[in-house]
Amino acid sequence: MARMTMIEAIQNAHDVAMERDASVVVFGEDVGYFGGVFRCTAGLQKKYGSHRCFDAPINESGIVGAAIGMAAYGFKPVVEIQFADYMYPAYDQIVSEAARIRHRSNGDFTCPLVIRMPTGGGIFGGQTHSQSPEALLTHVSGLKVVIPSNPRDAKGLLTAAIEDPDPVIVLEPKRLYNGPFDGHYDRPIAAWKKHPLGEVDDGHFTTPLGKAAIYRPGSDLTVLTYGTMVYVAEAAAHETGIDAEIIDLRTLLPLDMGAIEASVARTGRCVIIHEATRTSGFGAELSAVVQELCFYALEAPVTRVCGWDTPYPHAQEWAYFPGPDRVAAAFRAVMEA
Amino acid sequence: MTDLPLSLYVPEPACRPGGEPDFSDFEVPKAGAIRRPAIDEAPENMRDMAFSIVRVLNRKGEAVGPWAGSLTEDELKAGLRDMMTLRHFDDRMLKAQRQGKTSFYAQHLGEEAVACAFRRALEDGDMNFPTYRQAGLLIAGGYPLETMMNQIFSNARDPLEGRQLPIFYSSKDHGFFTISGNLGTQFIQAVGWAMASAISGDTRIAAGWIGDGSTSESDFHAAMVFASTYKAPVVLNVVNNQWAISTFQGMARGNAGTFAARGHGFGIPAIRVDGNDFLAVHAVARWAAARARAGHGPTLIEHVTYRAGAHSTSDDPGAYRIKHEFDAWPLGDPVARLKEHLVTLGIWSDERHIQADAEILDEVKAAQKAAEASGTMISGPAPSPRSMFEGVYAEMPDHLQRQRQEAGY
Ligand SMILES: Cc1ncc(C[n+]2csc(CCOP(=O)(O)OP(=O)(O)O)c2C)c(N)n1
Repeated sequence: MARMTMIEAIQNAHDVAMERDASVVVFGEDVGYFGGVFRCTAGLQKKYGSHRCFDAPINESGIVGAAIGMAAYGFKPVVEIQFADYMYPAYDQIVSEAARIRHRSNGDFTCPLVIRMPTGGGIFGGQTHSQSPEALLTHVSGLKVVIPSNPRDAKGLLTAAIEDPDPVIVLEPKRLYNGPFDGHYDRPIAAWKKHPLGEVDDGHFTTPLGKAAIYRPGSDLTVLTYGTMVYVAEAAAHETGIDAEIIDLRTLLPLDMGAIEASVARTGRCVIIHEATRTSGFGAELSAVVQELCFYALEAPVTRVCGWDTPYPHAQEWAYFPGPDRVAAAFRAVMEA
Repeated sequence: MTDLPLSLYVPEPACRPGGEPDFSDFEVPKAGAIRRPAIDEAPENMRDMAFSIVRVLNRKGEAVGPWAGSLTEDELKAGLRDMMTLRHFDDRMLKAQRQGKTSFYAQHLGEEAVACAFRRALEDGDMNFPTYRQAGLLIAGGYPLETMMNQIFSNARDPLEGRQLPIFYSSKDHGFFTISGNLGTQFIQAVGWAMASAISGDTRIAAGWIGDGSTSESDFHAAMVFASTYKAPVVLNVVNNQWAISTFQGMARGNAGTFAARGHGFGIPAIRVDGNDFLAVHAVARWAAARARAGHGPTLIEHVTYRAGAHSTSDDPGAYRIKHEFDAWPLGDPVARLKEHLVTLGIWSDERHIQADAEILDEVKAAQKAAEASGTMISGPAPSPRSMFEGVYAEMPDHLQRQRQEAGY
């Protein structure tokens, strides 16, 4: 057991997987010699050589397309898209190819690959280094989509993703790489080294895909969220004194409907929080699921707190994504309804 | 059948930290040695130009050969001033970033000549589709330094109202297309702009810009296909500064001899030029612009230079390349080389240089002071968050109006 940042946990997951399985190869822009601009693949090339961890030309479509070919050969490629914003050039390969190969070939070919991408804002990345494209990925049949909120899950989910027989997208909230984030820019951020979820088991373990976690048990209302917004929800619960049950979904596709239903049926109230743009965002899916499964238990309308329907504004990040104030206001409104 | 096992080839740079700089494979042709084809020369008759390097300034600071003489003495002096301004600008903004006054900065150190000289070969009204490393186009085009800094500081007078990253400038009036963070997308857009100009019977041309690393993006190839198919009036510039963050240029170039050679498969004439030679860049740019304007179609220019600074303020180049590699770079420092040329011509001196340097620094400082009076990331007036809801569409739809009100702006 060691205390790690999320970056170190991700690096460690790669290391353990490469050590156990010679078919795991890792590549992407700057991931080889340099170890990635966020250092998530640091040391891998040195340890495993440049046949198993290497730099790629700057061509996202090429990175994913080549990974698909390697997966078809029998490898388990783990590729990094340097920022989630740069998955769009690879979108066709992800959506029309990786996601469908098993289905269209009736199992003749499969596509066990992992695509990692740093996601979300809060680091002054502007319009093209801050996006949260989960809704564009969860709409695609054949993919699995996960998003960890802490180092322990980051390692467990990535390991499970690597071992999964189908394509898995791992969205890594880069705002959480070095420590949790509660949405206050005027308060220091705790380091993972001091956080219980920064404690990561050594060696091999997996966090099952498709299973949510109860981040904070509570009885007043249910929060459905993931990634950075887990901590914003926690800050709002503190600020309002409302006993919110925070469900960290961890996997968005396939979704843990059982965990959602059990919690909302008990609390009768539901607030959905995500940083991505609101319209047609993943919150819309969550809201529909809650309405379908828990309609008769609901005591208030299901409420969403999301990023605004605007491109990510460089200088206005703190006004753009949900902060504790907006979430607290939603908590209060839902309790009063 | 052979039972020899296969092996994957992964390119490696000649040197890495801990080693010695090694440019032994890099051939530097003599200044003045490369011919100057006519602007209507057929691409197949000038394939050699993609493997040599057009150079004008020799070791003694003299301008020699068929590409010399494209600039007047006043233009040369103005060019030196532009490069020195850019260098001071970079230096001040880098420091401002370290002081927390802006979130991000990327400098041009070592490659100032490329954009500054190129801009002098364009006419007002032509359109550049630049990357974040062509601020020289704006400076040489007379765009106010203070306005650039307002954007860098995301302050109340930022023309883009805090929406864009610092250095992602936009100015239609100055022929500078809005910058995207998504690499390579602008290259094909430049071709589209040029096609529209041709369809309209206009006289204006476009220039596309891309880094060596980004030439591996699919949009680079899309641009080459369209430019070649329609003989678009566009100049396609690859700035080969040797590095794409930590990735050396060989990774994008693959086994092609040069980036310029990529033009051959498309029938696009391609020229390599010494990007640290202000005169050479200008002469080649003027040649390509004249070719485009005369209806002879696109040109691919590879500017051979070196990124002497970090990739950006988020980067530590010491982790992947030799610290003093730039000192060994065979094409030298573009500012020092042009200065020497002016001294050789007898129109400049060390004293005047020192004096000009001080004047330029004062100018840059004054612009910074004025910009900071309008605010920085950490102090002073900022654009209203209201602006994030504006300009998403020409007219704000109801749902955005509701969200703006909910946000309280
Ligand atoms: C589509 C896309 N992929 C990746 C990135 C991340 N990125 C930003 S700059 C850069 C390197 C670009 O290198 P090069 O094209 O050589 O230009 P230079 O920075 O050297 O001027 C990378 C990989 C990006 N901005 N866009």
